Amino acid sequence: MAEQLLRVRNLRTYFPILSKVLRRPVGHVRAVDGVDLDLAAGEVLGIVGESGSGKTTTGKTILRLTEPTDGEILFESRDITRLPQREIMPLRQRMQIVFQDPMSSLNPRMTVGRILAAPFEIHGVARGAEARDRAAALLRLVGLPAEAAQRYPHEFSGGQRQRIGIARALALRPRLIIGDEPVSALDVSIQAQIMNLLKRLQGELGLTYILISHNLGVVSHICDRVAVMYLGRVVESGPREALFFDPKHPYTEALLAAVPSPDPGHTRRRVVLGGDMPSPANPPGGCAFHPRCPRAMARCAQEAPATTTLPGGHMVACHLYPA
Amino acid sequence: MTLADTTAPDLSSAANTAPVLRVDDLHVHFRIPGGVMRAVDGVSFDLRRGETLGLVGESGSGKTMTSLALLRLLETPPAQIDGKAVMFEGRDLLRLPEREMTDLRGSRLSMVFQEPMTSLNPIMTIGRQIDEPLVRHLGLTAAAARARTHELLGLVGIPRPAQAATVYPHQLSGGMRQRAMIAIALACRPSVLVADEPTTALDVTIQAQILELLEQLQQEMGTAILLITHDLAVIAETAHRVAVMYAGRIVETGPVAALFAAPLHPYTEGLLRSIPRVVRTPAAELPEIPGFVPAPGTLPAGCAFAPRCAYADAACHGTRPALQPALSDREVACWKPRHG
Repeated sequence: MAEQLLRVRNLRTYFPILSKVLRRPVGHVRAVDGVDLDLAAGEVLGIVGESGSGKTTTGKTILRLTEPTDGEILFESRDITRLPQREIMPLRQRMQIVFQDPMSSLNPRMTVGRILAAPFEIHGVARGAEARDRAAALLRLVGLPAEAAQRYPHEFSGGQRQRIGIARALALRPRLIIGDEPVSALDVSIQAQIMNLLKRLQGELGLTYILISHNLGVVSHICDRVAVMYLGRVVESGPREALFFDPKHPYTEALLAAVPSPDPGHTRRRVVLGGDMPSPANPPGGCAFHPRCPRAMARCAQEAPATTTLPGGHMVACHLYPA
Repeated sequence: MTLADTTAPDLSSAANTAPVLRVDDLHVHFRIPGGVMRAVDGVSFDLRRGETLGLVGESGSGKTMTSLALLRLLETPPAQIDGKAVMFEGRDLLRLPEREMTDLRGSRLSMVFQEPMTSLNPIMTIGRQIDEPLVRHLGLTAAAARARTHELLGLVGIPRPAQAATVYPHQLSGGMRQRAMIAIALACRPSVLVADEPTTALDVTIQAQILELLEQLQQEMGTAILLITHDLAVIAETAHRVAVMYAGRIVETGPVAALFAAPLHPYTEGLLRSIPRVVRTPAAELPEIPGFVPAPGTLPAGCAFAPRCAYADAACHGTRPALQPALSDREVACWKPRHG
């Protein structure tokens, strides 16, 4: 049995809504509202959901880039939920993030060589010539030429910049990488290159990933397991194949049906889900999905469903599947 | 006045109907230090009545420049627009006085963009933004315009139209804003709608709603749609014909089903293969197109795709292929087409 690298229990991240004049909290946006996740070392977990589902906040809270309101985050069996920020710093060597738009996270005034040497210097791992050598090794690892070290971020294409972002995340040999829409801003022809790179690095370096994406095709290609989020909660999770080919939650079904297919002739089964996702500041009572759910029952408006575990590690939070 | 007073176009005979928009050899150039950037480099296509033509390409392919140029929404200078003609309802848009062009835009020829927030007026209610073109272009009275606005808002699926007309754009969700934008665009029953990435900023469930809406409105009103997107799946589900752009030129055109089933251009083939699909057993590696899209202004002498093409030979690197008829109702610009 593989080591459990990450365990998240009942995670909540609320953001206060402040009144206009007195800046007093008048309510909360429940961005993450009771999330449980388990991740074995070497596994790739996909988190999918639409905007406002809380998938990005979940990722940032796990890395403590956003403060949790409640719950538990165990990384390498250690509770990091309330670690003071100075103790978080060394932890950052072991867990890293790759963002959607590398341009906004790469310092435009630093050469790529300096950007990649910085993590070694900041964490006191290496400096000077040794840091430069290690930066050069990182460039090779992500398939960029050595000359890239002398150039600035703006001189690179989107795909190359994402390679630089990945190289920086890998600098300190992390075990866990959270990719927040890492290929969403890229053109299709480049997207495949970066997906293949992520997959290759995962195998070669034994990495564990959480891949956050709204693109179900991307997730289905890289992930071993998938969690579907809706309004701050995981409504369904399970092994890749079960989730995509035997979805249980009506929201997962609707989400899968809404994805357009690039293969004409593929029978259209676009179940159009009505309405918009409600505001996480004021989620509906009962099951948060019930106002849009084609299979809602009276009970769904009253009572939030508990999570039921089905055979094969498939979990669903829906009254259609009573415990 | 109703929206359904025209019958749905019979697309089986679309090939026989005269185009409502004919773009002939369109060029958009920008002067840059040390040369000329050819953003659009000789683009020609027809848009037939009631059909959806998908214009697909990656960033920098020139698809958006093409749409902005034919709508005459580019500032000249810095842009320089040239071409044989852009014929729309018997008039050449390239040579139309600015005032007549302004009259056409938003009435006979309309547009929807990716981010409605940037094209909606933030300090005007949704209702007034729809009333305005009705009064201006159709000469409706204020009361008639208001009634028509409510009808349009209902038609695009906005609940409680009378109330929705009184709100400001920021009070609507992204999907509702895009619906409002579509209501404005269709207010004067345009014969052509240019939709540039209309669903790209939206979530998939909302995207499905908007695509369905566009399709339904097209059937009711017979509007021809030029759908510009980077998303081949959206094209596959929505368009009748497709034109694939690469580096400022159209490299392949054809009916959607035939083109997607057997692409002729290696670029189209590569694009279609590289899309990650939801499949039971994904391949260990996704097929990739090596390299990257050349920056405009740094185009090679031969075929612009040759440096990335697995089939390229000396001829491809030497001379640029022109768009030629191939098979039935298809065209390709390639020296070594696939399935040829």
